[in-house]
Order: sequence, then C-alpha cells, then structure tokens
Amino acid sequence: MKSLGVRAGLLSVLLFVVFCAAWQLAVTPSASTGPALDPEYAKLMGISTAGAKSAMPGPLDVAAKLWDNLKRPFYDNGPNDKGLGLQLLYSIGRVALGYALAVVVAVPIGFLIGMSPLAYRALDPFIQVLKPISPLAWMPLALYTIKDSALSAIFVIFICSVWPMLLNTAFGVGAVRKEWLNVARTLEVGPWRRAFTVILPAAAPTILTGMRISIGIAWLVIVAAEMLVGGTGIGYFVWNEWNNLSIANVIVGILLIGVVGMVLDLILARLQKRVTFPE
Amino acid sequence: MAERVNAERFISIEGIARRYPAAGGSFTTIFENLWLQVPRGEFVCIIGHSGCGKTSVLNILAGLETPSDGVVVVDGQAIEGPSLDRAVIFQGHALLPWKSVIGNVAYAVSSRWRKAGRAEVEERSKRFIDLVGLKGNEAKKPAELSGGMRQRVGIARALSIEPKILLMDEPFSALDALTRGTLQDEVRRICKSTGQTVVMITHDVDEAIYLADKIVLMTNGPEAMVAEVVENPLPADRRRDSIHREPDFYTVRNHLVDFLVARSRTFKDEKPAGYDPRRPPLVRLGEPVAPPPINTIPFPAVATARD
Ligand SMILES: Nc1ncnc2c1ncn2[C@@H]1O[C@H](COP(=O)(O)OP(=O)(O)OP(=O)(O)O)[C@@H](O)[C@H]1O
Ligand SMILES: [Mg+2]
Repeated sequence: MKSLGVRAGLLSVLLFVVFCAAWQLAVTPSASTGPALDPEYAKLMGISTAGAKSAMPGPLDVAAKLWDNLKRPFYDNGPNDKGLGLQLLYSIGRVALGYALAVVVAVPIGFLIGMSPLAYRALDPFIQVLKPISPLAWMPLALYTIKDSALSAIFVIFICSVWPMLLNTAFGVGAVRKEWLNVARTLEVGPWRRAFTVILPAAAPTILTGMRISIGIAWLVIVAAEMLVGGTGIGYFVWNEWNNLSIANVIVGILLIGVVGMVLDLILARLQKRVTFPE
Repeated sequence: MAERVNAERFISIEGIARRYPAAGGSFTTIFENLWLQVPRGEFVCIIGHSGCGKTSVLNILAGLETPSDGVVVVDGQAIEGPSLDRAVIFQGHALLPWKSVIGNVAYAVSSRWRKAGRAEVEERSKRFIDLVGLKGNEAKKPAELSGGMRQRVGIARALSIEPKILLMDEPFSALDALTRGTLQDEVRRICKSTGQTVVMITHDVDEAIYLADKIVLMTNGPEAMVAEVVENPLPADRRRDSIHREPDFYTVRNHLVDFLVARSRTFKDEKPAGYDPRRPPLVRLGEPVAPPPINTIPFPAVATARD
C-alpha cells in the first residue's frame, strides 16, 4: 500500500494528462469538418485545409511558447517586447513595495488600535467603509493626485493590502490572553518589552493570517492594475498579447500568474507556520 | 519593636473591599472591610466556597486588581500595582506557549535581574528547573508537557525570582491526586527550607492541613468575610504518609469540613459575640480559647493528653 501522498501525486499527474489530452482533442479540427470547408474558400481566407489548426492553441503550442519564454526570460527589446521574467519581476517588485508599505503602516497602527478599545471604537466606522471599496476604484484618484502611473499601481497595492492586516493585527492584539499580560505585569515588564515579548508573539499567528490574505489580494489586484496602467508587468503582458492575438502567450501568462501567486502564498504560509504555537 | 511589628504584619490586609456594579445602578459587594495579617515566613491557606472572592483577594495582594476600598500593606509599604516581590502561581499555569520551558523561566529571571548576562540567566533558570524536577525538559514547549509538568514550570518561574511573597491560586486543582501529592511535597519542602512567606488559595481541606501554618476561613459570598483563622496544630515535621495518624488531624479536619458544610453559610447570621472583622478570632484547636469549665473534659482529649 503506497502512502496517501504518492497516490495523490499519481492522481494529479493523471488528471493533468487527461486534461491536456482533452484540450488537445478539443482544439484539433475533426476530419468531418475539414472537407466541409470549400478548399478554394479556405485558400482565399489564408487557411490551409490540410492539417488545419484552430486559433485556439493546444497544450503543445503553449508548452513550446512557455519554453521559448523560459529560455530567455530577461530580454528587453523596448516597451512592447520584454522577457516574461522581466515582466514578472516588475509585477513582483510593485507588489513587494506596496505590500511592504502596507505592513509598515498597518501593523503598528493595528497594534495601537488593538491596545486601545477607544481607538478601536473610534476608527471602526472608517475601516468598515474603506475596507469593501474595490482597490481599483482608487485608481483614478491615485492617478489624479500622484500623477504617476507606476506609483499609482503601488498605491493601489498598498490600499488593498492594508485592511486585512490592520484588522487582523488589531484583533490579534486585542485578543491576547489576559493571563499572559498578567504574567508580564507581575514581572514588572515595561510597555515596550511587553509589546515585543508578549503581545507580538501572542498576536503573530493572527497578524500573519492577515498578511497572507493581503498578499493574495495584492497579487490579484496587480494584474488588473497593470492592465489599466499599462507599460510593464505581467498584467500588461497578458493584455498586450491579447492585442497581438497571441492566445498561447496569454495562456502562458495566466499560468505564470498562478504559479507566482502560489509561491507567494507558500512563503507566507511558511512564515505563518513558524510563528504559530500550539497551546 | 518596629521590626517585630513588621514581621508580625508582614502582609497586612487593611479593610479591603471588592464591589461590582450590579443592574439598576447599585453594587454587589463581594466582600468588604476585610482584615488579615500574615507574619513573615508563614504559609497561609485561604479556603472558602467557590465565588466567595478568594481569587479577588489574591489578585489584590498581587497588585493585579485594585480594591474598591482599603489597602494592603506589605513590609511596611502600601502596594500599588504588581511587583517582582510578589510572585504569582496562576490557576491555569499561564505559561507563554511560544517559549520553551527554559525560555519561560528565563523570561522571569531576566525581568528580575535586567542587567544579568545571558549565561547567568540561563544558569539560574536551569537551577530552578532542576529544583522542580524538570531536568532534561528545558527545550520543550509547554504544549509538550503534562499538566503536572506545566504547573512545575509555573512554580520554577515564580521561585526563580526569589520573591518576598509567593501567591498561589489553586495551583494544584487541575491535577490528578498523585501528581498533586508530589507537587505539594515539593512546594512544602522548598518553602520550608527557604522560609518563604506564602498565601495560597485552595478548595482542598487536606491540602490546607498538610501545607499551611494557618488556615483562613472565608464565609460564602456575597459579602464574604474572614470567619476565623485556624492555627494548624500539626507538628512542623508532619509527613504526607503519616499525617492522618497525627493526634490532631481529625480535629482540624472536622473543624474545617464543618465550617465548609455549615458555618460558612450561617456564620453571617450567627456571629460569635465580640466578633471584630478587624481581628478575626485566632482558633487554636485542642487548646480551647476560653478556659474550660472545671468539670468538662478538654476537647479533644487526645490533644491534651499529648501535651
Ligand atoms: N468582572 C466581574 N463582574 C462582576 N462580578 C464579578 C466579576 N469578577 C468576579 N465577579 C464575582 O466576584 C465573585 C468572586 O469571584 P472570585 O473569582 O474571586 O471567586 P473565587 O472565590 O476565587 O471562586 P473560585 O473558588 O470558583 O475560584 C464571584 O461571585 C464573581 O461572580
Ligand atoms: Mg478563584
């Protein structure tokens, strides 16, 4: 009896193969439709009837394109022709900047809000209104005030990552068990030391949950933001390839967006695991 | 003279009260006008029914709560807030779960001696972990320990800062009988050898008899009071395995159980003549407070026979 992991892995591979086969089958024109097309007409339209291909690429085309892109990920031939790796780096860089900014702002402010029931009550209505706003709705305002599309994209990332972290930090800090705080009090631990040695470790799992939600949202939003703003980034790449009608490249882009998103989530999951403590 | 007064009233609870706002703008008085003195080096147990306010009294002693009225004076100084001089062993161990055993103890040690070097803190923490019999478990996290072991870490943490007073809130109530017994032995040994002043809360009459020099009886709440302070007549060298054969054992035990079963409820309405909450009567069993009438046998007979 093989372990569950091995069996699950085999099943995954099988599903992948079946999916690719179905995909390939779906895009290969069947023999019956071939002759239905008048060869003369087809010739006029610039399609060869022998071994005709639909516009939708199959898995092999995508794999070939992917390989092409992976071979030279960082070339730069001007604004509309950059390596995929380069485009991804642009996106990751924007996310990293906006996200880091959000961490720097949200965690300390969340800390203060969590420690003070008054601040929590006072700020709650604002947070409740601001939180559900789609980050892209900020875009025009950002473009108008910042007057720089690159910075605006970073701002949008910032604004969408800030809320989950802010709320989770405030909640985690507010929910620190009283007995742990009492331990610190009986040991005459000062406020700074208490914040870093008791409250922060106790709230860390909740804070990291917020950070993990935020990175997910940030990665979702950057693609849309780059489609709007244009210029560079994986979102722009996908949009640009759509304009070029290169569906294979679009699919490659989609795939890579998924992979990077997964990696980002994995990193945060690792960190989360590290700060989580069993009780 | 002042020295002596300070030693006799090392801890002096002076008229403290605890009130909580109740529905309709009034107040529920958990207890008020509570007075109690604990001499230096004494082991005092407080017993009383659930909800009478024992934890509140202990938290006020610890400085974690402020009384609605009155003060607590320790070693000649009114307490204002928690202090490293008063270590607390909490009912639910209260270990920091993200720190290892040694991390938890070292946290206390480094709070007490802020300038101490790393090696020094570690050495001291290890010593106290050894003292409670946890050698070899230093690196474990609280989640990897049994209930008894966790409580031991709590004890090590409290003792490691060499407090003037050790405060314990039902430290063993969550443990099985066997573990409880071993830990009681250890706490008694350690406290006796260092002359530690201890205030401990318990539900367990036998635990109080085994550990305490004096047992404080609290009546039922609300408006609980200290009915009396019972001096433990058992010899200082009592042992767990033979304690039930001590001549006075059942005298004390019956007295305490009687109190918990009946008098804790009725005391309020049948206060003995001359009861003064400022000076709760000190009861010496086996040696009646008032001289007995000539024609009665002193109670209990055995105790007098031994004397
Ligand atoms: N925040 C509060 N608001 C209102 N009443 C409270 C509050 N905290 C405690 N009390 C009341 O104060 C009383 C004393 O509580 P305390 O915890 O001191 O009891 P206890 O003697 O330690 O009981 P136990 O033996 O069950 O631990 C209880 O009746 C409780 O209902
Ligand atoms: Mg209690």
